Amino acid sequence: MNDTLNLLIGLAMGLNLLALGSSRLPSLIRAMSVQGMLLGLMPLLMEHERLDWRIMLVALATVAGKGVLIPGLLRRAMRAANIDREIEPFIGFVPSLLLGAGGTIAAVALARALPLLPEHADTLLAPGAIASILTGFILLIGRAKAISQVCGYLILENGIYLFGLLLIHSTPLLVESGILLDVTVGVFIIGIIVDRIQRAFDSLDTRKLNTLRE
Amino acid sequence: MNPLLLIIVPLAGAALAALWPGNRTRPWFLPVFGFVHAVMTLWLFVNPPVIAPNAWLGFDPLARAVLPAVSLLFLVCAVYGVAYLRIRSERPNRVFVSALLAILGLLSAGHQARHLGLLWITTEAVTLAAVPLLHFNGAPRAFEATWKYLLVGGTGIALSLLGSFCLGYASLYGGGQGDLTFTALTAQGAALSRPWVLTAWVLLLVGYGTKMGLAPMHTWKPDAYGEAPGIMGAILAGGITTVAFTAILRVRSVVAASGVGPIADRTLLVIGLFSMLIAALFLLGTRDYKRMLAYSSVEHMGILCIGAAFGAAGAAAALFHVWSNSLTKGSLFLSAGNIRRAAGSPLMDDVRGMAALTPRSAALFVTGMFAVTACPPFAPFFSELLVVRAGLAAHHRLAIAMFLGFLLLSFFGLTRVVFGIVDGRPRPATRKNAKLFVETAGVVVPPLLLLGFSLWLGLFTPAILRESWLAAVAQLYPTP
Repeated sequence: MNDTLNLLIGLAMGLNLLALGSSRLPSLIRAMSVQGMLLGLMPLLMEHERLDWRIMLVALATVAGKGVLIPGLLRRAMRAANIDREIEPFIGFVPSLLLGAGGTIAAVALARALPLLPEHADTLLAPGAIASILTGFILLIGRAKAISQVCGYLILENGIYLFGLLLIHSTPLLVESGILLDVTVGVFIIGIIVDRIQRAFDSLDTRKLNTLRE
Repeated sequence: MNPLLLIIVPLAGAALAALWPGNRTRPWFLPVFGFVHAVMTLWLFVNPPVIAPNAWLGFDPLARAVLPAVSLLFLVCAVYGVAYLRIRSERPNRVFVSALLAILGLLSAGHQARHLGLLWITTEAVTLAAVPLLHFNGAPRAFEATWKYLLVGGTGIALSLLGSFCLGYASLYGGGQGDLTFTALTAQGAALSRPWVLTAWVLLLVGYGTKMGLAPMHTWKPDAYGEAPGIMGAILAGGITTVAFTAILRVRSVVAASGVGPIADRTLLVIGLFSMLIAALFLLGTRDYKRMLAYSSVEHMGILCIGAAFGAAGAAAALFHVWSNSLTKGSLFLSAGNIRRAAGSPLMDDVRGMAALTPRSAALFVTGMFAVTACPPFAPFFSELLVVRAGLAAHHRLAIAMFLGFLLLSFFGLTRVVFGIVDGRPRPATRKNAKLFVETAGVVVPPLLLLGFSLWLGLFTPAILRESWLAAVAQLYPTP
């Protein structure tokens, strides 16, 4: 089971790099949504001995939320805003990719040094989490458009979700579903604000959000 | 009485307000539900319930020591809200009223959360519920502020989730059974895995510190406070930040139980002093009197952390300071909101002579400024004095010297701005704008009440309140 899980996490880490290298918004959103779906499948692989309906429900909700609903919202915002789809980076694509790749290698090395329980030591969960969190931060800092920053935020959340999978046997599902609900509502609200910013500023370029300063 | 009612009643009020058809009558939901909440909180405060140790939610000593302050602040702000929304009757207030009531319910849940995951869920939900209130004014500047609030606040809250997972893993690694209530985590004590506890502490301090507005994670605060309506500033500074502070206190008690308490206290002290320094420097530079209040809030969040770093006596002083800061800062935000409405600009370059145009609000603003800069006999003076005494008793002389120095700098900064807008001859444009604003009892009495509470708390701190702070400290700082 660990092999399949590691394969999925490996794919998710590859999608991080794809997200960093994307020069167009639709491909960035696609990378994020596929990553969300992969993440949703992981609990099913980890819970092989007691696969009850609640795990199924959380998995289904994650796939639907992270893989379909949120990307759908972002695509809608993108179309409604009618912005040009080129991503304008503060940190160029090649430097972002190099940072991301370096970060991924560092994450794998760092995870070896982490005190992990034996059953987690041979999975890629911890390095995958660190790499995704790093990717999220690079996108948050390094992209100018509001929607690409939201994608960065979601990849950061995905990384935290990966880390949360380490605790899947011990956290009650109520907590997991509460977290998922909060994240979805959060992105929904971000979507509304993105829409309002587009109307107020006629642009989604966060560099124009510079009135408030000392 | 079931403490869950404190959560359910305001949330039901929020749902009702969302369905209520009348835009003119809807604001009355705020004081009605605020009053019911305050009465219930008072009842629970006097008759604290017994809590099962493994309960996820409960009116425990910490909730008892802090939640009444939030409830009181909300009630007074709710009364102000009716008058405020009457002035702003041109804007639909459905979302405003519902979100404000939802915040009250979620704050009650956050203060009562005794489970690491539940605490995170409620604080995140409060963060989100505050969003529609920040851009109530609908100006582009307000959306810019909201965006920064969401992005900075969202990242902070994501880090606190990661921190919660790390603390959970510390328990799992130490042989825990996955019970993430604070009682269970504290009971596990030294068995918690130390590297994971330290990682969790850093992440949770950064995460909840972002929510509190500790420097250097405070950057959302001036923007949000500057653009949000005064009432929202009061709720943010007095209610939402305190839930983050109690979260930090709860986490600190777990960290201390695992044996790294001194490290946690040292980080709290450093981040508190740094917040005070940054706040003082920006207070000396800012020209916007609403942003000034945000920096003052950063300063007071720093004071709370410093108090918490000085052991049990300091923590009791910090809980006192939660009360004095919430009430005094609430009064300042409401009177500043009046002045902003009358003056038409938040900048001291445009606004002068408000003492002539809005004499009552200006008097409240000046008195509130003296109260918040710890002039006796208002409550902040006594709570800060207790922080100083706790610090000296713990032999932190250098820290106390810096603390007093930063307080003095902030005093200079605040008086500079406050007297700048209150004194002098009003400009013609301001004069014209101020004619549209009438200082009715509805907008003057609430800040006056809050200031009165601050004075009362300073002069005659009720024994039952002191007892509640000490009980909360006994819960968080067990004596070995």
